[in-house]
Amino acid sequence: MQSPKITFWRVVLVLILLVGAYATVVRFTKGLGASTNLSDAFPWGLWVGFDVMCGVMLAAGGFTLTATVYILNLREFKPIIRPTVLTAFLGYILVTVALLFDLGRGYRIWHPLVMWNPRSVMFEVAWCVTLYSTVLSLEFSSVVFERWRFFKLLRLQKMLVIPLVIAGVMLSTLHQSSLGSLYLIVPNKLHPLWYTPILPVLFFLSAICVGLAMTIFESSMSARHFGRHLELPLLRQLGRTLLVALGVYTVVRFQDLLHRGVWHLLQWRSPETPLFVLEMLLCSFAPICLLLIPKVRNNADGLYLSSVLCLLGFVTNRLNIAITGMERYAGQQYFPKWTEISITLAIVASGFLIFALAVKYLPIFESEVPRQSLAVPETAGGKLPELYHVES
Amino acid sequence: MSKGILYDATLCIGCKLCEKGCAERNGLPYDDTIAAEQKQSEHKFTVVLTRNDKFMRRLCMNCQDPSCASVCPVAALRKTALGPVTYDASRCMGCRYCMLACPFSVPKYEWNKPLPLVRKCDMCFDRVARGLQTACAEACPTGATMFGVREDLVSEAKDRIAKNPENYVNHIFGLNEVGGTSVLLLSSVPFEEFGYRTDLSGEALPLLTYRVLSHIPDLVTIGGVALGGLWWLTNRKNELVRAEHGNSDPTLGGRNDYAKS
Repeated sequence: MQSPKITFWRVVLVLILLVGAYATVVRFTKGLGASTNLSDAFPWGLWVGFDVMCGVMLAAGGFTLTATVYILNLREFKPIIRPTVLTAFLGYILVTVALLFDLGRGYRIWHPLVMWNPRSVMFEVAWCVTLYSTVLSLEFSSVVFERWRFFKLLRLQKMLVIPLVIAGVMLSTLHQSSLGSLYLIVPNKLHPLWYTPILPVLFFLSAICVGLAMTIFESSMSARHFGRHLELPLLRQLGRTLLVALGVYTVVRFQDLLHRGVWHLLQWRSPETPLFVLEMLLCSFAPICLLLIPKVRNNADGLYLSSVLCLLGFVTNRLNIAITGMERYAGQQYFPKWTEISITLAIVASGFLIFALAVKYLPIFESEVPRQSLAVPETAGGKLPELYHVES
Repeated sequence: MSKGILYDATLCIGCKLCEKGCAERNGLPYDDTIAAEQKQSEHKFTVVLTRNDKFMRRLCMNCQDPSCASVCPVAALRKTALGPVTYDASRCMGCRYCMLACPFSVPKYEWNKPLPLVRKCDMCFDRVARGLQTACAEACPTGATMFGVREDLVSEAKDRIAKNPENYVNHIFGLNEVGGTSVLLLSSVPFEEFGYRTDLSGEALPLLTYRVLSHIPDLVTIGGVALGGLWWLTNRKNELVRAEHGNSDPTLGGRNDYAKS
């Protein structure tokens, strides 16, 4: 086996993982007090705001694209479904890992599954995320079955795809919106620029925007770094859909701000204003303006830039809700400690690493099993028919 | 009968014996340093706030419809019929949603322990269940902290305000706040001065989430049928197109297409 080449990004990756490993030791030996800047006044910080809320949001490509391909029957998107489902699956695994850091007693993470409180939004989110991770693993299982040639299982999986996709879309709709519902109970704590009774609606709409943007982002990244052919016509179509979705989101958001009459809160000196403006610029105005220009939305770099801005915008939105919007009530500023940041970085870095490894060892981008092959009856004794020539 | 606590700040002399009684009952340390601390914490469930010659207690309000119990995903926090809001430490996974959700920011966390728990006043549930009064009420030498049936305490509080309106702010804090609380407060100075919020709605906060959560079963059934139907429609359309074109377009789906491709 040849030793891997030393490149700049690989060195960065190793450094991030090493610091993350040290921070992990600090977190689990010294406790949350020593490893975070959280306090009684500020019980939720970066790990909830970014790792969990943004993690789930960024995994929205999974349900958006599976619905497009299987429910709306737009089969031309099929080539990018595997990397998208993989990203979603990885996303949920990493969210769970982040929760193990954030929960005071992570080893009890399974408690909501047996100790019920159906009145709790968090209980509902816990169930949805568990079930949806199962659905994603089953959706993704076809890749593993194909790689190791479990063709009986593969055929069974194909038969279950539609029910799985419908379950996946329902579960995603529920928990993406429910992450917004988590904050419905704090009307006195969350700043009125962000607190609204329609938080669940906004969270769902933004999940669709992010799902589309993430699919564009990831296809572009794969084209840049894994030498994969870029499906530009598909991305153009996604870009146009993203423009519509962003338009709907922006209209709903502005109507809400208008109906609740909170514009006067946007004062120059209030600390919330710049972050609110930044958020609106990144998640609404900039990508909408860019995508309105035909030259931009038909161009690979233009689409890439628009999707990145959009993703940054919605990340800002989630962080504003989880952190900026809660600071005034808490009466104190919160900025994450180095341990919080390095663990978050390490989790993101391992996501990239696992994705790269999966692309290398699993048929993520390769052509799928030829369509006629599965119709061929299996020969006795488990011998594989001639047609099964999976590139691996 | 739901029990409650009535704290009348005008009768309080700031002796902090309630703090001491509370610490003893909960097995918490108590000395002069801790007595001087002017905030609730994981080792101090109740505190007597002092502003010049005025006093005000802070403790868990033990809401009638508590946010903490509503948001807890593992039902570690519960409202008992007797009044106290209890905490079952063996269930808690440490998500701290109760701390975020509590309108009075009462639950505190053991931030410096590797395996932390939420700590808060539970209105001496074990004592109340045995027919005793809370430790703080028992320790109070002046009757400023009074334990009893909540309804009786409400009429008592109304009487006191009616008899001596000049001594009181005309407000029983906890009568209607967030749907009412088991702990009721009377004061001669505005409650805001001691950090109590007076902008709390009279409606229980869990209703805000319940209104949304209660739609979920409907949403799931409607969504399931709609998505299934949509799949059937789009599949049928493609099947028809395919039949017309002699099954030549591989990008079109069909009824059995998903099982093959």
